Amino acid sequence: MLKLEGINKIFNEGTMDEKVALNNINLHLAPGDFVTVIGSNGAGKSTMLNMISGALTPDFGAITIDGKEVTKLPEFKRSQYIGRVFQDPMAGTAPTMTIEENLAIAYSRNKKRGLRFGVNRERKDFFRTSLEKLSLNLENRLNAKVGLLSGGERQALSLLMATFTQPSILLLDEHTAALDPSRAELITNLTKQLVEENNLTTLMVTHNMQQAIDLGNRLIMMDKGQIILEIDEAKKPTLTIPDLMTEFEHIRGEKMSSDKALLGS
Amino acid sequence: MFLSIFGSVEQGIIYAIMALGVYLTFRVLDFPDLTVDGSFVTGAATAAMMIVLGYHPIIATLIAIVAGFIAGCMTGLLHTKGKINALLAGILMQIALYSINLRIMGFSAENVIVKPNIQLQSNETIFSQFQGFWSPLGIDTALSNFVKSLGASAAPGTWGTVLIVLIITVIIKLLADWFLKTEVGLAIRATGDNKRMIRSFSANTDRYTILGLGISNALVAFSGSLIAQYSKFSDVNMGIGMIVIGLASVIIGEAIFGTKTIFRATLAVVFGAIIYRIIYALALRVPWLDSSDMKLITAIIVVLALVIPQLVSKQRDKKRKEKRRLERLREQRELVTQGGNDLA
Ligand SMILES: Nc1ncnc2c1ncn2[C@@H]1O[C@H](COP(=O)(O)OP(=O)(O)OP(=O)(O)O)[C@@H](O)[C@H]1O
Ligand SMILES: [Mg+2]
Repeated sequence: MLKLEGINKIFNEGTMDEKVALNNINLHLAPGDFVTVIGSNGAGKSTMLNMISGALTPDFGAITIDGKEVTKLPEFKRSQYIGRVFQDPMAGTAPTMTIEENLAIAYSRNKKRGLRFGVNRERKDFFRTSLEKLSLNLENRLNAKVGLLSGGERQALSLLMATFTQPSILLLDEHTAALDPSRAELITNLTKQLVEENNLTTLMVTHNMQQAIDLGNRLIMMDKGQIILEIDEAKKPTLTIPDLMTEFEHIRGEKMSSDKALLGS
Repeated sequence: MFLSIFGSVEQGIIYAIMALGVYLTFRVLDFPDLTVDGSFVTGAATAAMMIVLGYHPIIATLIAIVAGFIAGCMTGLLHTKGKINALLAGILMQIALYSINLRIMGFSAENVIVKPNIQLQSNETIFSQFQGFWSPLGIDTALSNFVKSLGASAAPGTWGTVLIVLIITVIIKLLADWFLKTEVGLAIRATGDNKRMIRSFSANTDRYTILGLGISNALVAFSGSLIAQYSKFSDVNMGIGMIVIGLASVIIGEAIFGTKTIFRATLAVVFGAIIYRIIYALALRVPWLDSSDMKLITAIIVVLALVIPQLVSKQRDKKRKEKRRLERLREQRELVTQGGNDLA
């Protein structure tokens, strides 16, 4: 479903600030895989997701989605197959537009946009039933401006918008990080529910190790632009946080506990 | 008095189309487009030139709209593909259009390459054509008698012009409302609201920016072509300060009528344009003001319209905070008395 082959990215090449953000990344996701990604700050997690979404292009290496090579495809063409939720709750929605208009924009993701009304009765019904799944009572606020919603509500809406057109790939970059614990849990549960319902191939970055262990069927750990650890479907169910810490020490020869950010809450 | 206000309303309704164009860029696309000063004249020049060459006024107006559309797209291309800052892209296009507009008007006469203005005194215009259909109906006399019976000293020569411009502007306003709710329209609005978001929903933001600018300047040129036909005159300098007038109209309208829905917002822009023209006419009646002071007055109107709402909301904030403080104080005092009662 998704294949990354030999992806490399260097920022500010040839200057004092040169930074190898990705160093020969190889990753293969089968249809329906739900891979959680952990790693310290600056490990290259977001950069990897940006490569897949097309927000950044690799220096070399190839990206294949659904058997199609997309390495050079611009972001807006690629996003036809890719659903995304950002860390910033403000990033995934248009604040001055209403809930139904935001949903209509998401609905047109994999269709040609024309001079039809973005919101018609049939779509409205579909939006309403989709929103009901969130249990946030948003289905009764279709005409509310999204800017008025709370961060958690916005993130739930973003998640719905990213998933309800059944993209080939779903990319989540710390999408619960900006929320308080109870909201974060709500979004985590919704993520689980929506991914399972639509059987989406998913890549989720998180700093919360427990979340990384609880969700998904595979896990990868990144450090300094490399994938340093892969836990497969067979081993994932029995994985614990101490397991991950010992593995890290084993590979890097240094203690991981010094990196508070990786532990999360 | 009545006559000058009446004339202002007529003009305001025509300028409202330009203001809708400005609304589309400044508000919807969040793109401060300064092409307007140039594309307004492009519309006027193109229509006037073609009318002088003998084309039907409707054809001339349509071509003027297309010319404005192209000018807007050029600004969009400069910004998106040429990566030129939005303000600079607009200014560059505006300057380029100055020369182009002189050339366009130059086409109207033999033996000249450029021409700074065109007179349409004896030519057919959209308005004279409509008059040909309107006058025989005899409604003008009836309406004028009615107005005079209400105490107006003089009645306008015809009511046909205000009717036709009203029809045109209402149609344009409704078309804009419809367009901004279509799939393409939603994408353009989202492009102005959150580029990153709309890109992640497979929209080419470059293309929507260019399209939005094209449509905006098409409206501006349309307005320019109508003003040229209304005043029977096209001049290369008639667009100076047009962007500020457009902005003033948008801001005045929004301040008075609000922006709750698209329908309200575009209606506000139309009324804003008319109100601006009335203010303009009233200012001209002040004895010690010269018509050349109008640009200064326009600038002051825009500054006031931008600053006053800030002051108002600050004042409101202050009042609210003060009220909360008093409530808090009262609650605490009540708590203390209650505590005292409990103890006793
Ligand atoms: N546009 C850029 N220009 C220069 N350097 C960049 C750019 N984007 C990322 N980097 C650098 O590349 C490295 C990887 O960044 P990235 O954002 O992928 O890390 P991350 O794993 O997502 O970290 P975090 O957990 O903090 O989000 C960092 O050192 C970062 O400073
Ligand atoms: Mg990151």
